[in-house]
Amino acid sequence: METFLEEVNKKIHGAPLQRCYHCRKCTAGCPMAAHMEYNPNKVIKMIQNGQRDKVLNSSTIWMCLSCETCITRCPNQVDIASMMDALRQMAIQNGTVREANVLKFHESFLAGMKFGGRINEPMMMVQYKLKSGDYFSDAMLGLDMFLKGKLALLSPRTKDMKSVRNIFEKTKLR
Amino acid sequence: MKVSYYPGCSLHATGKEYDQSMKAISRALNIELKEVDDWSCCGASSAHATNFDLSIALSARNLILAEKDAMDVMVPCAACFNRFKTAEHHLKADKDLKTKIEGVVGAKYQGGIAIRNPIDILYNDIGIDTLEKKAVKPLKGLKPVSYYGCLLLRPPEVCEFENYENPFMLDKMMAAIGADVKMWSYKTDCCGGSLAISKTAIVVDMCDKLMSAAKEADANCVVTACPLCMANLDMRPSEGMKLPIFYFSELIALAMDLPGAADTFKSHIFDPRPLLTELGLI
Repeated sequence: METFLEEVNKKIHGAPLQRCYHCRKCTAGCPMAAHMEYNPNKVIKMIQNGQRDKVLNSSTIWMCLSCETCITRCPNQVDIASMMDALRQMAIQNGTVREANVLKFHESFLAGMKFGGRINEPMMMVQYKLKSGDYFSDAMLGLDMFLKGKLALLSPRTKDMKSVRNIFEKTKLR
Repeated sequence: MKVSYYPGCSLHATGKEYDQSMKAISRALNIELKEVDDWSCCGASSAHATNFDLSIALSARNLILAEKDAMDVMVPCAACFNRFKTAEHHLKADKDLKTKIEGVVGAKYQGGIAIRNPIDILYNDIGIDTLEKKAVKPLKGLKPVSYYGCLLLRPPEVCEFENYENPFMLDKMMAAIGADVKMWSYKTDCCGGSLAISKTAIVVDMCDKLMSAAKEADANCVVTACPLCMANLDMRPSEGMKLPIFYFSELIALAMDLPGAADTFKSHIFDPRPLLTELGLI
């Protein structure tokens, strides 16, 4: 049977996680390490130890900002940002998403794209608010943006929507 | 010179100042822009954070459309730039992935055009000397710190941007148009943009830290090349912490004294006009 380490390695499209010698440079430079339940280096250790459930249930993987400071500074080219992407994808398939609102934001964004090919920000925000139940934060900011013409209610869409929807259909996670 | 132009979603909405000023300075510097036909969103963070194949295919669709015009493609938005460079990197490195993605998109990817950020085009093709000559109204008294953020630079082997831990192209361009650029250590720190909506409190702290570092460096504004950094730094810092934030292209347009150069300032959330008026720049 495939180990958790092998499963993750297959999905990161780069150097395997065994290359990590735990110097913790990734964690030293991570702007979110202080807000994470397990720091980036600890996540690698946990994957090496096969702690699948703990990793896929953690909030850490949703707190990663994808700023890619970790891979930039890793002496062994371990792509921790891609590892976080792979782990989020696995957590979705596993049905264990600890930070529901982060995923709801991504879903609202992608739904907007599936609809018009391009993002219409007011529509995306309305969708996020309906999904997350977080109705009132940023309301004043939204109004200010609207008054300054930064939020267009109608924006041009992609014409060949069939090709965009096809991409979504053919890459659907199974 | 003539290049393809991929504005991306932000430049039609929250980042419209970037689009307007980029088009204005391109015209004035003889860079002809041809918008990519029927482009779609690059997929941004939401695609790569949840589905690898989707993220590559969405960017590939646009790269394939841009290839039809057979010119380098200018991508002002740092996020779109990053996604395109990432897709290019994987499509060139992995033949099986390329075949799979071409099947998903329904067209062939050639990989024959360069994906370029306008900072690279202005610095390397137009040149600092030309910018200096064209800056008929030097930005005297403006003291920006340059802020590159994450997406233009990282990972370095994908983005292929200069000096990824201490880049200087933006600094030199701003100095060429008469600004007194301040040095600071936060050029490439993350502003937290990708979690600004779902984890706001943490992101406010990150923005406040950047603003206080800029003030400590004696800056009176921040200059950026990323619409996500712009939106985040313009909106999220706490009251009393804010500084005016500019796209580099807005400041070049102002220094070149282009018609309507001051028009984009009125849509900033934190109004930069009091500072510019005080300095006699508008």
